[in-house]
Amino acid sequence: MTSASAPATEHEHADHAHQFDDAIQQHEAATLGMWTFLATEVLFFGALLTAYTIYRHYYFDAFRYASHEYLRWYLGAINTGVLLCSSLTVALAVHAAQHHDHAPGQSAAPPRIGQPKHLVPLLLVTMLLGLVFLCIKGTEYYIDYRENVVPGPSFFHPEHVPPGIDASHIRLFMTFYFILTGIHATHMIVGLGLFSWLTWNAHRGTFARTRSNAVEICGLYWHFVDLVWIFLFPLLYLIR
Amino acid sequence: MTAIPHPLPGVHGHDEAHGAHAHGHEELGFLKKYIFSADHKIIGIQFLFMGLFFMIVGGLLAMLIRWQLAWPDATLTPGHPVPILGKLMGWSNGYMPPDFYTMVFSMHATIMIFFVIIPLLVGTFGNYLIPLKIGAGDMAFPFLNGLAFWSALPPGSIMLTGFMLAGGAAAAGWTSYPPLSALSENAGVGAFAANFLRIEGSTWPTAAVVMNFIAMFLFCAYMCAYYVHLGPKVVNVVASIILSVLGAVVLERGVQHVAWDGQSCWFLSLFWLGFSSLMGAVNYLTTIIKLRCPGMTMFRLPLSVWSLFITSVLVLLATPVLASVLMMNLLEHQHIGASIAGSNARFASFFTPYNWFDQGVGFTGAGQNSGGGYVLLHQHLFWFYSHPAVYIMILPAMGMVSDIMAVFARKPIFGYRPMVYAMAGIAFLGFIVWAHHMFQSGMNPTLGTTFAVSTIFIAVPSAIKTFNWLGTLWGGNIRFTTAMWNAIAFVAMFVIGGLSGIFMASTAIDVHIHDTYFIVAHIHYVLFGGSMFGIWGAIYFWYPKMFGRMMNETLGKIHFWLSFIFFNGTFFAMHILGISGFPRRIASYLGYETYAHYQPMNEFISICAFALGLSQIFFVINFIGSWFFGPKAPSNPWEATTLEWNDTTSPPPHGNFAKVPVVHHGPYEYSNPLVEEDWLPQTRYVEGQENFRPAH
Repeated sequence: MTSASAPATEHEHADHAHQFDDAIQQHEAATLGMWTFLATEVLFFGALLTAYTIYRHYYFDAFRYASHEYLRWYLGAINTGVLLCSSLTVALAVHAAQHHDHAPGQSAAPPRIGQPKHLVPLLLVTMLLGLVFLCIKGTEYYIDYRENVVPGPSFFHPEHVPPGIDASHIRLFMTFYFILTGIHATHMIVGLGLFSWLTWNAHRGTFARTRSNAVEICGLYWHFVDLVWIFLFPLLYLIR
Repeated sequence: MTAIPHPLPGVHGHDEAHGAHAHGHEELGFLKKYIFSADHKIIGIQFLFMGLFFMIVGGLLAMLIRWQLAWPDATLTPGHPVPILGKLMGWSNGYMPPDFYTMVFSMHATIMIFFVIIPLLVGTFGNYLIPLKIGAGDMAFPFLNGLAFWSALPPGSIMLTGFMLAGGAAAAGWTSYPPLSALSENAGVGAFAANFLRIEGSTWPTAAVVMNFIAMFLFCAYMCAYYVHLGPKVVNVVASIILSVLGAVVLERGVQHVAWDGQSCWFLSLFWLGFSSLMGAVNYLTTIIKLRCPGMTMFRLPLSVWSLFITSVLVLLATPVLASVLMMNLLEHQHIGASIAGSNARFASFFTPYNWFDQGVGFTGAGQNSGGGYVLLHQHLFWFYSHPAVYIMILPAMGMVSDIMAVFARKPIFGYRPMVYAMAGIAFLGFIVWAHHMFQSGMNPTLGTTFAVSTIFIAVPSAIKTFNWLGTLWGGNIRFTTAMWNAIAFVAMFVIGGLSGIFMASTAIDVHIHDTYFIVAHIHYVLFGGSMFGIWGAIYFWYPKMFGRMMNETLGKIHFWLSFIFFNGTFFAMHILGISGFPRRIASYLGYETYAHYQPMNEFISICAFALGLSQIFFVINFIGSWFFGPKAPSNPWEATTLEWNDTTSPPPHGNFAKVPVVHHGPYEYSNPLVEEDWLPQTRYVEGQENFRPAH
């Protein structure tokens, strides 16, 4: 099966897949594809955030109460910092991978031998930061679980509610909190998978000249996931 | 890949620079060539078969609907109990119970929209035509393209699973509004949901388990076929099978515990199907932007490619919203299912009104109050997807019909650029009209006026397209092939469907015709009369390219005329019913004095519908028969100008073109004075064409 597989063999023969004219076209197509995909992601989160915003408008008091009572802004803030740092390391990794390559348009020159400096360490640091984020997130979830504000059995004891605030609205907030951060965390996990794959390939040195492509488009994805958090953090944690 | 002889001389030789294009095609094994193929042509044909299979399922459901409406219950003399099924299901005196009817029309609409029209238009022809018509060797991301097909199979099987579960398939209409859709059909099944986190225990019958296992096994096996490289072939095959079985077991168990009744199957299935659409759309868009051959500018694209391009934008911007909404719906359904079962568990509730669940419908689970959600919010989000989806279901047909018309009218399409702008206009307007589905939902009436105005605007680009089609036909040397008849029928039926749409756009009239058979007539004139005739036209037109055989014209024309006549017999009368206020989604109307006397008209409609169903036998015979016995198709049987007819064989080989085509003209150079023949292929260079300004 190895000999017949399209992805493996075509890179043995050439630096681009058969449907492309050259590596530059492939690079552009891959980047465009990722941007297109990210556009769909914006809409995906957009619908959830729209619903959230509308309920936040209707049940502002309950949402503010729940946010202050059950969410820890300092954990969210630390996570924001962690993610921003990981975005920096991703940007540096993309830079490392690209500067190993030729300038665009000079595809005639032979590719340099060896692997890009710092690429593997930078990818590893990114993954580490991603894991730190998930650990802090997990801690938050665990605290919520101890406080019985996780959807499921015994979700939120109504007797805790102060007067004037409806328990069901607090549940609504917590539900949105879990679904938004949960989907974000799922994206992080997918990102970690992508970066493991990148790191493994960078380590083996199997990145051909154009494979900075892969670092770049995975980097785009990572930046996007960061950006989603940049929206989620103020919307969920900092309600005033 | 073996080199194919170039069918036409005169292609200018820019191809040395692109010689690398033809590299690297080794012989692929049978499995990767025809089953787990990443070749856009095979994937397109796979989508075609999937769509046609579901068309049979959806069509049979439609027959059931019509039987019920013609002869609703035993109070009628002479009675007509449902044949065969009535006995099989053990219904009392053979008549369909109302809740079963509700399920049947819900599933008919769902299957026809999501598993027939969209896969046939976007999946089949999007895949098959785009690379061929823009002169590309394949899609930009072939693996992803294949994945789009294989990830459309599990949703199909999950959707069908609904029929096998206790309580039956989804019955909340194809729109599945909460709170109706949040309810569980069956409290006994709901008991399972209370413990749905447990792994043991199942309410799925064996047939459903096996069917889903196969679909998910194929889904995993496709991925393994491309990404398992452990060593020799035998090792890879064995490892792939083991991995796929494991993956299928995990997925199947997971699905089983989320989809515990018909409605949750419905939500999960469409949620998953959305990913398939997105993978396809990312591919189409990237391919059209980046992979056009030299000389193929955006305004030399055939209109079918333009329509698929615009459709892809719609899919990309609309489908994720549906995915979000379905996810919320699914969680809400779990929540209420658990509450019905008396569990203390509260999962998540997004749209059900405050305490509605406790007070309104008599369930008194310990689950207690639901969230205080707004059902109107759900409708806004749902229609933000589902209105653009209407255009996803018609735009590709418009594009393909334009292509077919120009070919058989032997004239350039009238107003090429206005056609493009009109499609873009429809797509843009499509995003700002969604609330016209909600005029009667309790929305602010002022808002209704806004949406009424934007909706009526859509008539403008639609009219531009219609006039341009008529302009294309005007004075043409028309060849009445089956494909052409279907294309003409598309335009005629689309006009009727479009005009009845303007009725509904007006809020005042909508008060009267909302939720009546007028709506049913309208949607079928657009989606059946429009899209379906477009699809038939496209199948008759591109069949020679897809399968290398000609279809039988006589059978094709019989099929067309019978379908056309009985289609109108079926759906035109529904306008009259609708204007009289005859309600849709009602199992028996005989108890209402106002509607009971419409029974004869319903009977007429039903008989036409059965005849319409039977007419499809000619299509099936033609489709299968031509595959085996049809005469071999030449590379350009229709004397068309576009690349797939002139620069490759029928069917095209892997990689599509022997050398990279170079385009010199727009796609509709028919009856061009510069050449002897009445068609000028896009890739053929002729002297003096620099001075020649095409008609658009």
